[in-house]
Amino acid sequence: MAVLGLAWKSLVNRRATAALTVFSIALSVTLLVGVDRLRHEARASFANTISGTDLIVGARSGGIQLLLYSVFRIGSPTNNIAWASYRDLAEHPRVAWTVPISLGDSHRGYRVMGTTTAYFQHYRYGRDRALAFAAGDPFDDLYDAVLGAQVARQLGYRLGDELVVAHGAADVDFTRHEDKPFRVAGILEATGTPVDHTVHVSLQAIEAIHVGWQGGAPMPGFEVPAERLRTMDLTPDEITAVLVGLTSRMAAFQVQRHVNDYPAEPLTAILPGVALSELWNLMAVAENALLVVAAFVVVVGLVGMLTALLASLNERRREMAILRSVGARPVHVFALIMGEAGVLTLSGIGLGLALLYGLVLAARAVMAQHLGLHIAVTAPGGGELVLLGAVAMAGFVVGAIPAYRAYRLSLADGLSIRV
Amino acid sequence: MSDGTTANGQAPAGDAAVIHIRDLAFRWQPRDPVVLALDELVVERGEQLFIEGPSGSGKSTLLGLLAGVSVARQGEVWVLEQRLDAMGAAARDHFRAHHIGYIFQMFNLIPYLSMVDNVTLPCRFSTRRRQQALQRSPSLEAEALRLLRHLDMDEPAFHRRPVTALSVGQQQRVAAARALMGSPELLIADEPTSALDGDRRESFLRLLFDECRASGSTLVFVSHDRSLEGLFQRTIRLAGINGAVTTSAAGG
Repeated sequence: MAVLGLAWKSLVNRRATAALTVFSIALSVTLLVGVDRLRHEARASFANTISGTDLIVGARSGGIQLLLYSVFRIGSPTNNIAWASYRDLAEHPRVAWTVPISLGDSHRGYRVMGTTTAYFQHYRYGRDRALAFAAGDPFDDLYDAVLGAQVARQLGYRLGDELVVAHGAADVDFTRHEDKPFRVAGILEATGTPVDHTVHVSLQAIEAIHVGWQGGAPMPGFEVPAERLRTMDLTPDEITAVLVGLTSRMAAFQVQRHVNDYPAEPLTAILPGVALSELWNLMAVAENALLVVAAFVVVVGLVGMLTALLASLNERRREMAILRSVGARPVHVFALIMGEAGVLTLSGIGLGLALLYGLVLAARAVMAQHLGLHIAVTAPGGGELVLLGAVAMAGFVVGAIPAYRAYRLSLADGLSIRV
Repeated sequence: MSDGTTANGQAPAGDAAVIHIRDLAFRWQPRDPVVLALDELVVERGEQLFIEGPSGSGKSTLLGLLAGVSVARQGEVWVLEQRLDAMGAAARDHFRAHHIGYIFQMFNLIPYLSMVDNVTLPCRFSTRRRQQALQRSPSLEAEALRLLRHLDMDEPAFHRRPVTALSVGQQQRVAAARALMGSPELLIADEPTSALDGDRRESFLRLLFDECRASGSTLVFVSHDRSLEGLFQRTIRLAGINGAVTTSAAGG
């Protein structure tokens, strides 16, 4: 329509104000879609804190509790699993692999986890991403340790550095395994999962540093020299939990039932994906609150446009009268202002998306490295298109206010020009 | 020229008048006093009419009625053999777009349009005037430039400058070119020279006369300035024929 060309030229004429309005809408759109995308990525990333593991098995307890201590290293297990039960489970025909883990010690606030090298082979996070070494290799020697990225960065460890493990979660002097220091053999890449906050050692090492201990304290006179331990049988009696991979996903429920009904001792098996989404739902309120805040920022951006358009109307009454004199109908005047609101809103959405993609491209490497958050550069998805559509609709509704006012004014003014 | 009066809804028989007003009594609101009362006003095709009147004599009211922005509830307003007071609002807007060129007292131009875009503006709202412009020139822009040249506004330097940088006299000539664009039958000018000084006033009018003659447009020129009277073929003193003025000085 003829009037849209006029709307465009009018905006170009007031480009400083128009650009500011577009920019404020663009920023709010960037925030809105960014928050939406981030929360989806965070949810996906959280749901994939552990992936590729079909079952997690621990002593009888609640599913979320088992998940919290085995994957997030939060809280403590109520009980352990006997080594014999673990061996029995590993022999199950439907079980492809098992990774035993043993928790209980810590190093300067970071949990120490005993496991086998199978852990580095089978642990998956994100979309089937394996653990990768930033430096060094999996533990080989009895006193080797592999550090999560965060541990190494925060504590400033490099390959070959020595560290002393403390008994329990609290790091106090008299419970340190001072006589058996570990050597940093490997440092993992950041994953954005609790792996980053973990010190990994072998199961045998966990066993070794506790030889001669009883009831959480070293027994005087029973200290065993670190080197002599190398010759001893260090097979543990108990472990904390087991990560289980199955030959087929279909077998998950069958094996879960087998574990839950295990006759020798009370055990619990959970499907990590199910437990993770249960846990995430506990946090859904905060996530939604964030989106609501972002939506309000969009409203603020649009109110800015409303203000700019309304403020310009009075000085544009002369322009309206001129348009009326050449035959424009009041509807044309409405369309002119509406067109300007439309151009401002749509440009704002376009620029906002461009800003978002620019930001994602610029920040994704940093986000992946430091937060382990892998943000894919994809076209706006269904949910985002709905959001953008809602912003456009809101823009048109807001634009209708000054447009209607201009319509009323031009009807009242006719050809008489008031300033 | 008050020949052949007829029944409502039909043009007065054999009347070639561009404007024919009969028995008009206009008030803004039904309870307001009458501000414009005309027994009869006829303007013939091709005429260049000067309507003189002091402020308050009902000039603006008359122009609003002729342009179809205001509607008479009492009496008849015929323009180009169409009865405006019987038309709907949209039809009157279309009618104005197609048939009427309008020049304001001042500030005629839309600041964000170029000089040429200002002149071609009526063609955005009327296909009729677009076609008529294209009959004279190969393109709308060429027609705009032709009109501007006739009004001594073809300096290339003007084209690049924003229209707000033009002098008042230059702006009025661009406004005249816009009013003439697409050869509307009726040109209405509402004190277009009041912001100009004496010499420029007369030269502007002569240009306007020439262009109206060339395009066959009828000119209705409204002003309070009696010194211009001699340049026109015919003068009407609005205060003299407006029956409402004696009782009330409102309107204007």
